[in-house]
Amino acid sequence: MSNHAILEVKNLKVNFDVSSEGDMPWTKAKKLQAVNDISFSLNAGETLGIVGESGCGKSTLARAIVKMVPAESGEVVWLGNDLLGLSNAETRPYRKQIQMIFQDPLASLNPRMNIGEIIAEPLRTHYPKTPESDIQARVSDVMSKVGLLDNLMNRYPHEFSGGQCQRIGIARALILKPKLIICDEPVSALDVSIQAQVVNLLMDLQEEMDLALIFIAHDLSVVKHISTKIMVLYLGNMVELANSEDIYKSPSHPYTQALISAVPIPDPSVEKNKNLIMIEGDLPSPINPPSGCVFRTRCQKAQDICSQDKPEFKEVSSNHEVACHFND
Amino acid sequence: MSLLDVKNLKVEFVTADGIVNAVNNVNFSIEEGEILAIVGESGSGKSQTVFAMTGLLDHNGSATGSVKFEGEEILNISNQKLNQIRAEKIAMIFQDPMTSLNPYVRVSEQMTEVLIHHQGISKLDALKQSITMLDAVRIPDANNRIRMYPHEFSGGMRQRVMIAMSLLCRPKLLIADEPTTALDVTVQAQIMQLLADLQKDFGMSIILITHDLGVVAGNSDDMLVMYGGEIMEIGKTETIYSTPTHPYTQGLMSAVPRLDDSEERLITIPGNPPNMMKAPQGCSFSPRCKYAIDTCNIDSPILSKVSNNDHFRACHVSKEKIL
Repeated sequence: MSNHAILEVKNLKVNFDVSSEGDMPWTKAKKLQAVNDISFSLNAGETLGIVGESGCGKSTLARAIVKMVPAESGEVVWLGNDLLGLSNAETRPYRKQIQMIFQDPLASLNPRMNIGEIIAEPLRTHYPKTPESDIQARVSDVMSKVGLLDNLMNRYPHEFSGGQCQRIGIARALILKPKLIICDEPVSALDVSIQAQVVNLLMDLQEEMDLALIFIAHDLSVVKHISTKIMVLYLGNMVELANSEDIYKSPSHPYTQALISAVPIPDPSVEKNKNLIMIEGDLPSPINPPSGCVFRTRCQKAQDICSQDKPEFKEVSSNHEVACHFND
Repeated sequence: MSLLDVKNLKVEFVTADGIVNAVNNVNFSIEEGEILAIVGESGSGKSQTVFAMTGLLDHNGSATGSVKFEGEEILNISNQKLNQIRAEKIAMIFQDPMTSLNPYVRVSEQMTEVLIHHQGISKLDALKQSITMLDAVRIPDANNRIRMYPHEFSGGMRQRVMIAMSLLCRPKLLIADEPTTALDVTVQAQIMQLLADLQKDFGMSIILITHDLGVVAGNSDDMLVMYGGEIMEIGKTETIYSTPTHPYTQGLMSAVPRLDDSEERLITIPGNPPNMMKAPQGCSFSPRCKYAIDTCNIDSPILSKVSNNDHFRACHVSKEKIL
């Protein structure tokens, strides 16, 4: 499997310095572990879904992969090169192979640039010598790919609806013909009927261009629909990683089980007879996370061992890894 | 007599670019102890419908029609009279609890204010009742936490505070406008469970506004589907889920991926929701409808009975063609 992996993340850690209100200037800042010891690999044409509650480090993980936030330690191996060890100038050639799509479609487009300029900008940045006629041809080509008419090229972002803006964002990511697109909550701000259009578009493009996707969302049903494998994060830690069917059919970690049972199913007969696993309380503070297993403060199965030892991330069946002391 | 009876409700906004018809001819009623869900995409008029009922429309909005609460007209009555009905009989909770609570004032103060103002009881009694109510919404250590400020609570806890506050005067009707949209799924499950329990304990009716079809399925008796300011379909939740008879309802149901199902491809509704400034003639859904016939672009369909158990739909195309 790892032979064909285009992206391998090994033991990635991201820390933020936080100083709380009322701290004196000389008080040492506290460390917040946003992403803790995350490893996975991704093949061409595959989709990795990342799910978890807000504040679990989904977006930080995505940003650390493209070096938008500095990592504390670990490796991000992209086609055999560790990106974290490279300087900014050395990273640049790889940047065009990894692109991103963001949550708020309107906020991620510059309101003063027209659509043609927005979509062409990555091309002008990475290939400054491209002749103007080529740029125009590439822009209209990629616009038709995402279902936008190319006579819209001279319009500005505010003239478009949310779903169309997201298509523009996708077109901008596609123009460099990337190998990997990181989608950070790409459909969360969209209405149900538009969300389905964008999800279908992403899946079509993936097949057509053999794209790898990292798909971050808090909506588990959408993630399961689009992903080949799913990673569940809790408080910056990986708790489970498996194929998307396996994770739904046989979730092993108590947190994944609760998360799946909390997702409402649009069918009254299923929903009213559902066995809901409630997790009480709120997410603990990431500034001083619980000792041992991070989930133990809200876990029904928690025993003494959970507060002492951090559970190892180990395989329970093929391609299904879990971090829990009681996963058998 | 129904608890709430809405007839021919219309809401208009006057804007610099023209008149926006946000809600068009909406009719529905709620019985005591019933949970009605209003479902629709953004801009479908679901929030404006309840804002009009409770006199919360923006200054450029106006409502016509009739809204009767316990037999009495409450649409466009004086603020003084409305203030009595709001909180005492009809309470409301909103999507974002942080913007609904005053960040400068302790929760205790914000809660007791309601009771002192509406029921004229002493501060001490009001505080006792407030603590009991925080207990009822399962906020741990309510005795101490009531003295905290809103920012000291997490999102889910804040929504619990809002719920507790809205229930202080034991309203007959609770309007919940996207109460869990800003929350994580695990917290959403807690809040919806809490609302269901409180509904049983207090015997109130609930109008639940949401765009999440999953939340509707588990938590409502009746549902109402809105699109472009109009009601598309209304009926028992179970009936609508098992046999959606309106093309828009069908479209919505097939557009959501299901966790317990693995479909290869989502079925989408083509196009975008209508611009309410220049709403299409005839049925507002006709430009996106795959069943549309010529009449759909000319005449607005009226709500008509599908079967005898209170199931209505607004569509020109016969039911048999759609099912």
